Parts: sequence; C-alpha cells; structure tokens
Amino acid sequence: MFINFFFDLKQASLPVSLKEYLMLMEAMNKRVVDSFNVNDFYYLSRSALVKDERYLDKFDRVFGHSFKGLENPEGETTKEIPEEWLKLMGQKYLTDEEKKMIESLGGWDKLMETLKQRLEEQKKRHQGGSKWIGTGGTSPFGAYGYNPEGIRIGQKEGKNKKAVKVWDKREFSNLDGDVELGTRNIKIALRRLRKFAREGAETELDLDNTIKSTAHKGYIDVKMMPERRNKIKVLLFFDVGGSMDAHVKICEELFSAARTEFKHMEYFYYHNCLYDAVWKDNKRRYNDNIKTWDVLHTYPSDYKVIFVGDAEMSPYEITYPGGSVEFWNEESGETWLTRMLNVYENAIWLNPIPERYWDRIASTSIIKQIFSDRMFPLTIEGIDQAMRELNK
Amino acid sequence: MKFEGTSSYIATEDLKVAVNAAITLERPIIVKGEPGTGKTMLAHEVAKSLDAEIITWHIKSTTKAQQGLYEYDAVTRLRDSQLGDEKVKDIKNYISKGKLWNAFESDKRPVLLIDEIDKADIEFPNDLLLELDKMEFFVYETGETIKAQNRPIVIITSNNEKELPDAFLRRCFFHYIKFPDPNTMEEIVEVHYPDIKKDLIQEAFKIFYDIREVPGIKKKPSTSELIDWLKLLMTDDVDAKILREKDPKKLIPPLHGALLKNEQDVHLFERLAFISRRENENVE
Repeated sequence: MFINFFFDLKQASLPVSLKEYLMLMEAMNKRVVDSFNVNDFYYLSRSALVKDERYLDKFDRVFGHSFKGLENPEGETTKEIPEEWLKLMGQKYLTDEEKKMIESLGGWDKLMETLKQRLEEQKKRHQGGSKWIGTGGTSPFGAYGYNPEGIRIGQKEGKNKKAVKVWDKREFSNLDGDVELGTRNIKIALRRLRKFAREGAETELDLDNTIKSTAHKGYIDVKMMPERRNKIKVLLFFDVGGSMDAHVKICEELFSAARTEFKHMEYFYYHNCLYDAVWKDNKRRYNDNIKTWDVLHTYPSDYKVIFVGDAEMSPYEITYPGGSVEFWNEESGETWLTRMLNVYENAIWLNPIPERYWDRIASTSIIKQIFSDRMFPLTIEGIDQAMRELNK
Repeated sequence: MKFEGTSSYIATEDLKVAVNAAITLERPIIVKGEPGTGKTMLAHEVAKSLDAEIITWHIKSTTKAQQGLYEYDAVTRLRDSQLGDEKVKDIKNYISKGKLWNAFESDKRPVLLIDEIDKADIEFPNDLLLELDKMEFFVYETGETIKAQNRPIVIITSNNEKELPDAFLRRCFFHYIKFPDPNTMEEIVEVHYPDIKKDLIQEAFKIFYDIREVPGIKKKPSTSELIDWLKLLMTDDVDAKILREKDPKKLIPPLHGALLKNEQDVHLFERLAFISRRENENVE
C-alpha cells in the first residue's frame, strides 16, 4: 500500500526517490511518532518525501487520493473499520497464498469476527490507548500485511478534532509551481540561467595562487584574477498591446525580475509577430523604431533570445507578406522569426496562455513549430524549463 | 530525545513531527518559510528544549564548505618559519577548526545550525554531502579522520534564493513553515507578551492580517514584525481605541514603520485605507 502511494507520487511527477522512501520506512520503523495516527503519518511522509514547497500542494492532492477513506470521520468511534473496505484491500493486495491462509482461518467473515473480538479485548485492556493491529505479532492480521499501512484502530479520544483532513485543506495551494508568479519567484526561476566566469580586468587577489606561487618561488608573488560574473547575455522581446493587455502584470513581473537578474540584458517590443522593426519605447514606437536587421547585426550570436507573447493572431500575420494588422510588411513574420533563429541558436518563446489551449490556436501552433517546440508557458515551471533549454 | 516545543516557542504539530524524525534518524532537516517565521529561532529552541549545545554557522555568499571543516593557515606558518618559531614544526598549530569539526567533537549531542545555506555558492551544499551524510571528514594536512562522536542534530535554514541540489535534498527532511493562522499567532504573541491587553491584540491582529491581505503589497509583514510592532504599541501604551480610529486623517496605524518596510507599501496602504474608509462612511 505504501509502495502504491510512492508510485502515485511518482506518477504525479513529484520528484521522489527510493532513498527518500527508504528514509520514510526507517522513520516508521523507528517510531518517530509514537502514537501513530494518519495526521502524524501525513506530516512525516510530507517531511521525508517533499523537498520543495512548490510540490506541497501536489503532494496533498496525491495523499488525499491515495489514502481516501483511511481517516476516521468525526464523532465516530474509531474501532469500527469498514468491512467492505478491508475486504477490498485484501483482495487487491493479498497473494493467493495469503488468501489461502485466510481461508484456513475460516474465511473472511470469521476473520472479521476475530478482528472485532480482538478489538473488544483491546478496548478493555487499554483504556483509550492506541495500538496497531498487526504490530504485536500475535494478531492474525499482521501476517496479511495490515501493519503500519495506516489502518488505525483505536486512538485517544479528541485527538482528531478536525473534520477536514489536513491534506485536504490544501493550505499550500498557491505555492504550486504551476500557479502563481511573483517577481521573486521569477527571479529564482531565471537563476537557472547562469554561467559564471572570470573575465575582464584582474581586480581580485587570487590567494591560493599567490600562496602557491610564493612558496614555489621563495618570495612574495602576488597573483590577481578577474571578478566572477554572470556572463549570460539576454535579448528579450515583448509583445505589447491588443490581446496582450490581459497579461500586462505578469509581463511586468518577468521584465523587472529579468532586469535585476541579468547584467547584460536588452529588451525590445513588437506587436503580435516580429517584422522588420522593433521599438524600445511604446510612446514613440512609430517614430523611434529600430530595424530588426540592426538588432541582428548588433548583438552577437551568443545572446540568448526570449520572446514573450501570446502568439494569438490570424495565421496570415505570420505566414504572408502584408499580413500585419498595422502596416504593409514586405516580408512575412515567419521569415523574420526564422532569420532571428538562424542567428541566435538559443531562443525560446514564453506564452502567458495556458499550455492546454495552444493546440487549438492555429497561430500558436505555427509559431511553436517555427521555434521547433521551444515554447513554454509563462509560469514558474515553464520559465524553469525554458531556462534549462536556454542553458543547453 | 524528543522535541516538544518550548515555553517561548510555539511549534505546530507538523513541525514537531519533522524535527523529531530528523532527530531520530540523525539526518539534517531543511527549514524553509517566509522571512520572520522563526526558522533560525527553531534551532535555538530545539537546543534549549533538548538541553544541548548550539553551534551556529552563518553562511555568506563567500562561505566555502571547507571553512566549516577546518582551515589551514599557510601564511602564518610561512611567516613563523622565517622567524624560526618553534611552533612551525607542528602543522596542527596552523589548523583552525571549523564549525563542523567543533560539532563533531562535542561530548554531548549538539545542535548544528547552518543558517541561510542558500546564500552560499551553488556548489556549497554538494561539497558538504558526504560530510553530513557520514558525519566524518579527512584532514589532508595531518592525515587524520575526524568522525562525529555524537551525530549532531543538523538544522539548515534556507530563504529560497538558490535552489538546492537534489542529491542534497534527498538526504534531508524538509519542512516549510507556513504563515501562522490567527489562532497560532495568538499563542505566539501570548508566549512573548503574557500581559498584553486582549483588546489591543484583537485590534492589532485585525490590522496586521488586513495589511497582509492588501493586494499588491511588496513585502508582507511577518510574525517577527508583528511581535516588534506589538512591543512598540505596548511601550508607547497605545490604547486599543486608537487602533479602531476611523478618522480619515489618521488612516495609517500608529507606529506602522514596524510593519511596512518600504515607501511604496506605505503609499499603497494609504490609498487603499482611504478608499475603504470612504466606502464605509458612505454606507453609514
């Protein structure tokens, strides 16, 4: 049953590893929490298996799903175990051999009866105490794999007051990587794109090298080295106006995060698709624009290119000359995009529209194709992936 | 050894489970959370409640993993050798022990706090992998292996400025301190100021949680800021009535400097408070 929970987590693409699972087992084995109840198990497994608050929400969901029906409803005496459920579990997880053993004990009904009896006895002996069936080694249930897996029989009264299960509250929902963005989060995501290098003027004392050289030569020989800097260079292209108005906030956040994160960053605006000119100031876009050719010629090909836009337009705006909604473009948007991609090897497109809609929008599919699938949603997850892609 | 929270620190159930798991399994625990939710405090309180020694290692952007183990002072030795100092014959004189070494040597199981691990270089956690896993390291200069007599309880805090490597995370327990709900918050305040007036708390809480809810606020005030603010309110003997003030001229709560830490937030708050109060007046 735990194994299944583990695989459920894997399936939900939570980064859990065998090592962490074994750690959880070890913790269970060592009785980290002595009066075991589902809540404690939830806390323990969360602490052992989840290593980033981004995944907490997902974990809660999987936990809720995997252990549905395990918790005790409020007010009910805890010794009642739904028989149906036990049977079902048994059929699902017991081997044929074990099933036979059950038969030899008188079948399911008999077993249930014994269980009830045992519970009665336990109630008498340990007033209000909590004990796991199957851990003592005397209970016939132990042999069938019902131990720590969470069937809690009997517990201190009043311990579990809450009607809502802890994991079902989903208190961490807004920390999920797919949901909310803030500049801080974006910055962290953007930090994936870092390449430190020592370049330029030698301004720092290289202590190790100095010592080494001094010892070698027998006199003080000072060695210097350049400062360590992030040498990533970025060109950002923002789609503005029209359908992008709905995404202004997120673009602002991305922009401000990128500006603090990258020392060498240039940004440009475009509308819907890249044509022969871009601009840096939206107020003067008609007078003061910059030829796209100039951009291509100015910035060397080691710049990384990030396009931000919803890629939502008429397909003609991309594929045909004169397709632009604003002016007569001699060459199609596709031509310009391809030119850009030919110069800059590392280029990606960030799309504020959720990924599930992309296939339904013709223009988005076209652009995605032009970018050879390097289109990512404008979420923390998406930026994260995009930065990995740019790092390649 | 069990951590149950202390008289001066309110630990939630999930935090206790995580800390106890880490203590029992002798693995490090990583604590994350909003600034001011008591990450660093936790280590001190764990030490207090277990009556253990606390060894703190504050990480800066320049901290190297090696510094936590030991440092070999080659320059001093070079100088001493030229002066003909006797000390120079024994290399041990020039090795200064790091925090990890201190922790490993301790007779009683200590608490080792590695504070703000994310401040260091990206490779920093990886460099400590083996040392924290095996709780031993090798000193090249003297050829000895330092092994922990008692595996220290390692508490690591992170502010999320850098992502930690997976291999490192796999070896640790993890806990995210979420922002306390009003009930927990009341307990926390109770612990800090047992004789605070109830009505003052109520009004202050209302303002505090309102500020946190303000959309677009840059830096949300945290627990430690609330505690500071309450302290100020108490020392100034501010009456609860003033907090209930509806006068539009006094929109901003008194001594707001403890809660709002940049001027954009103050402006924003002023604007919003103004709008909401005006609406209230219209309703009335």
